[in-house]
Amino acid sequence: MYPPRFEYEAPETVAEAVGLLVEGHGSAKVLAGGQSLIPMMKTRFASPEMLVDINGISDLEYHRRDADGSIRVGALCRHATLEQSQVLADHQPTMAAASALVADPIVRNRGTLVGSLCHADPQGDWAAVMASLGASVIAQGPTGERVIPVQEFAVGPFQNALAYDEIAVAAVVPPPKGKPEGGYLKMERRVGDFATAGVAVSLDRSAGGVARAGIALTGVGPRTIVAEEAAAILVERGLDPDSIAEAARAAAGAAQPKTDHRGTAEYKRHLVEVFTSRILKRIAGSSEEAA
Amino acid sequence: MGSLFEVVPADTQDEVPRRRVTVTVNGTPMSAVIETRLLLVHLLRQAFKLTGTHMGCDTTHCGACTVLFDGKPVKSCTMLAVQADGHEITTVEGLAGPSELHPIQEGFKEEHGLQCGFCTPGMMLSAKALLDRNPDPDEDEIRWALSGNLCRCTGYQNIVKSVQWAARKMNPQQGQEVSE
Ligand SMILES: Cc1cc2nc3c(=O)[nH]c(=O)nc-3n(C[C@H](O)[C@H](O)[C@H](O)COP(=O)(O)OP(=O)(O)OC[C@H]3O[C@@H](n4cnc5c(N)ncnc54)[C@H](O)[C@@H]3O)c2cc1C
Ligand code: FES
Ligand code: FES
Repeated sequence: MYPPRFEYEAPETVAEAVGLLVEGHGSAKVLAGGQSLIPMMKTRFASPEMLVDINGISDLEYHRRDADGSIRVGALCRHATLEQSQVLADHQPTMAAASALVADPIVRNRGTLVGSLCHADPQGDWAAVMASLGASVIAQGPTGERVIPVQEFAVGPFQNALAYDEIAVAAVVPPPKGKPEGGYLKMERRVGDFATAGVAVSLDRSAGGVARAGIALTGVGPRTIVAEEAAAILVERGLDPDSIAEAARAAAGAAQPKTDHRGTAEYKRHLVEVFTSRILKRIAGSSEEAA
Repeated sequence: MGSLFEVVPADTQDEVPRRRVTVTVNGTPMSAVIETRLLLVHLLRQAFKLTGTHMGCDTTHCGACTVLFDGKPVKSCTMLAVQADGHEITTVEGLAGPSELHPIQEGFKEEHGLQCGFCTPGMMLSAKALLDRNPDPDEDEIRWALSGNLCRCTGYQNIVKSVQWAARKMNPQQGQEVSE
């Protein structure tokens, strides 16, 4: 299969890329890892008149932890880089856990975290992970930058909040309010499959309590679901067997799964409860060991 | 499948977006004038006649089309040929000379790592990237590294053994207990 014809541009700066999007007037699309866009073009779900390939903008190829503890992932940071990242291994357990579970190793060499967020697939793993962390997307357009919280970024399935002349230049995780703990669990039928169900848990722990909690769910609704009630239970009551069980039930209650080829709605809801409880028990267990 | 490439003088003017690309394929710079929508797999197979790179699913799932792009495995059915301009590609033809076998190829021969052979070029290139990075992988690491390459024949067992064979051949010291 060949994609439909398009003009191809490969700018070397963000400003140039934005200029091309302005010129394109809505008929141009950004090409990042291409691991969603190229298949969509081959199958004619997308047929942009111009592709603005950002792979030559080396300024976007980074991820780092800043002095305030925030983590910033540039638009060209590949899934594979995050999988091997010492920064994440040391400081961001939820992202570290998810990075190896997105797609397959070959796709991970090209696909990007920011591209995943832009693609806004309700099945996308990064959307849930970043939502659990309260992260934001930094968009750059002709008049400057704006910050869009991840939860407002996906406005519908495969639709993001960017204007036609904006590029998502980075995703930013705010500084933790304590020691960051968390995990990501995903049921997939085989490597490279999208989630039957996935659960992202991110906690900031301080003085035995939970200073902040975020729980978000992949693949169990028309969009990434943020289980606010479940998170609130943990902040109020900390981690104990009862609060964990109740939060897990609340997370399952927040899910809106549909029966499909990946499993029944009941099964997916059950997975959410089990995964939530499994991640929380592990966190509670490891802090007991440390104490 | 019709051909999307045509060798034309560089100054040709028409409506069809074209580019001239130069790609270093298996160490040799090669150029072509191509439509921007040509995929890397087409450039390799149709323009450069390197048919060792196979096209299986054409939907980014099977990994048969895997080549090394600047040393890293990518699915050549899911990259534009223009994106390879100025970069280095290794295909299965680049593993060893025409009458030689690379240790990975030898491993697949010795351990019966293939049956129909369709997935094999992609498997071997993923294996090469693994061994370049980690000369002494354990079984789990091998299975993990090859998990984006599907095989419908072998059941993977012998593919894992083939990569282990190659690892031993490429680095004879490894995997042996060091006695003090
Ligand atoms: C076989 C296979 C399995 C997969 N499995 C999973 C999985 O299990 N979980 C999962 O989450 N994903 C999965 N994916 C998708 C993969 O993670 C993609 O890499 C990701 O969705 C898109 O990232 P990309 O960089 O490739 O973006 P592209 O494909 O380049 O772009 C995707 C969309 O986002 C836009 N875009 C990209 N970057 C920007 C930017 N910086 N600014 C503005 N717009 C931008 C593009 O215009 C396009 O509309 C899979 C893909 C494949 C092929
Ligand atoms: S042909 Fe490219 S992944 Fe199957
Ligand atoms: S040997 Fe036939 S597909 Fe792998």
